[in-house]
Amino acid sequence: MAEQADSPTAWALDVRGVSAGYDADKALDGVTFRIEPGCLAGLVGPNGAGKSTLIKIILGMLKPWSGEVSVFGRAGRPRAGLVSYTPQVDLVDWEFPVTVRDVVLMGRYGKLGLVRRPGARDREIAASALERVRLTEMASRQIGELSGGERRRALIARALTQQGDLMLLDEPFAGLDAVAQHDLISLFQSLVEEGKTLFIATHDLSCVDEDFDHAVLLNKHVIAFGRPADVFTPEYLNEAYERHLMVVRSDQSTYIGI
Amino acid sequence: MDEIVDFFREPWTFEFMRRGLLAAAIVSAVAAVVGSLVILKGMAFIGDALPHASFGGVAVAFAMGENLYIGGGIAALVTALAIGYISRRGVIRNDTAIGIIFVGAFALGILIVSRQDNYTGDLFSFVFGNVLAVSWNDVWLTAAVAAVVLLVVLLFYKELLFNAFDPTMAEASGLPVAWIEYGLLALLALVTVIALQTVGIVLVVALLVTPAATAQLLTRRLSTMMLVGGAIGVASSVVGLYVAWHADVSASAAIVLTATGAFIAAFLFAPGRGAVWRGGAGGS
Repeated sequence: MAEQADSPTAWALDVRGVSAGYDADKALDGVTFRIEPGCLAGLVGPNGAGKSTLIKIILGMLKPWSGEVSVFGRAGRPRAGLVSYTPQVDLVDWEFPVTVRDVVLMGRYGKLGLVRRPGARDREIAASALERVRLTEMASRQIGELSGGERRRALIARALTQQGDLMLLDEPFAGLDAVAQHDLISLFQSLVEEGKTLFIATHDLSCVDEDFDHAVLLNKHVIAFGRPADVFTPEYLNEAYERHLMVVRSDQSTYIGI
Repeated sequence: MDEIVDFFREPWTFEFMRRGLLAAAIVSAVAAVVGSLVILKGMAFIGDALPHASFGGVAVAFAMGENLYIGGGIAALVTALAIGYISRRGVIRNDTAIGIIFVGAFALGILIVSRQDNYTGDLFSFVFGNVLAVSWNDVWLTAAVAAVVLLVVLLFYKELLFNAFDPTMAEASGLPVAWIEYGLLALLALVTVIALQTVGIVLVVALLVTPAATAQLLTRRLSTMMLVGGAIGVASSVVGLYVAWHADVSASAAIVLTATGAFIAAFLFAPGRGAVWRGGAGGS
């Protein structure tokens, strides 16, 4: 990844020496890595490694104790529409009385500002995002009526309406079967082809190894970052997970696990 | 035939019944609108705490010879903001903080009242409600407060919806979630004050929760949930007052039990979601 010129605007995401935590608990310690634009990057590490904390810092919801984050060369809290975000599916109340269309339209709310209602242009953007994730037919359904894979796609459609060039996704694969997971990865790859940069927190090491361009291996500090094949070595993985993980690579697929 | 007409017409020949109906209908409609947000955010306990806490303010106002509503309103508002502040600090569990604050304020009310010689009449109606004792002044005050609450909900509907559905994403999008949270608590405090006289401290939470929960079983969008909840609240007021008139029972209890009956009916028979269609209450 060194081919990229080292000017600040060249990086989609540039994290420099970030330390952060809650009260006295340090969750991140001197985190430094960079993601180039137009790639599919994974953020991996064990539970409690600080993945969610890092995402909050990138979104500007949490101030780091020290260090700095730049998104497309701009430091500080990213303005609306620069970074799109998809939370963990578990954090969403799927019984809530909203339709799929309403949820996708929420991606526009940040840009609208207080009091103003979404207009025709916002509805168009939401409709095309729904089209993009193949949920147009489900638009009027209550969100709880969606299947697991459709729920992920609805949240991704909402992130698309935010129109950020950097998209942060928190555990989009959790609880999906292999078919739905593949479906999602092809969607991600086509978004990357359109110029989006995707930074995805996940537990699924095998999937990052097979299909992603970059990986950041985190456990409070960055243990390694770069191409997945260089990052997912037994030494680095053992350091991150503090246990012995098995790495099996064949032509088509990878297995990383216990 | 005339008997049937009389049955329906008779209660409204009395002005205090017409006044009572107007007050109850306004209060239950606006309570269902705010109550929809309350139940979706899991704030039912706060909905019970604020009316209790307001009793402290009512008692202080009573002892000082001031307006009881203003006393209750100030106490409800202060409690709401204190709850909001403490839950954002996260030092102790949210529900623990609510419990401590509202019981403290309620006990203060009892303490003050126990020193008064003639507290039975006026103060008693705050505990159990007496919708048939409202004056026209009360009705106009109720209508004015309700109009303010509805206007705020209408203006900030988008923000209230986003914050209730997905506060993390709302915050990430740059919405002032802390202000929205405080604003919702303030709305809840206002509804509490106008609901006190209709149903009393003990039953305010029923007006907030029951019609809104019934509406949730029947609708798929927050806006329709609010409208349907409001309609159920108004219908419960009408039916409840009929029951109170003809059976000579407490009006507030009759209104609340009518709403409870509507909820049970929706729980059992709501299209597609009722327990009956899903093969018993244990079905999925």
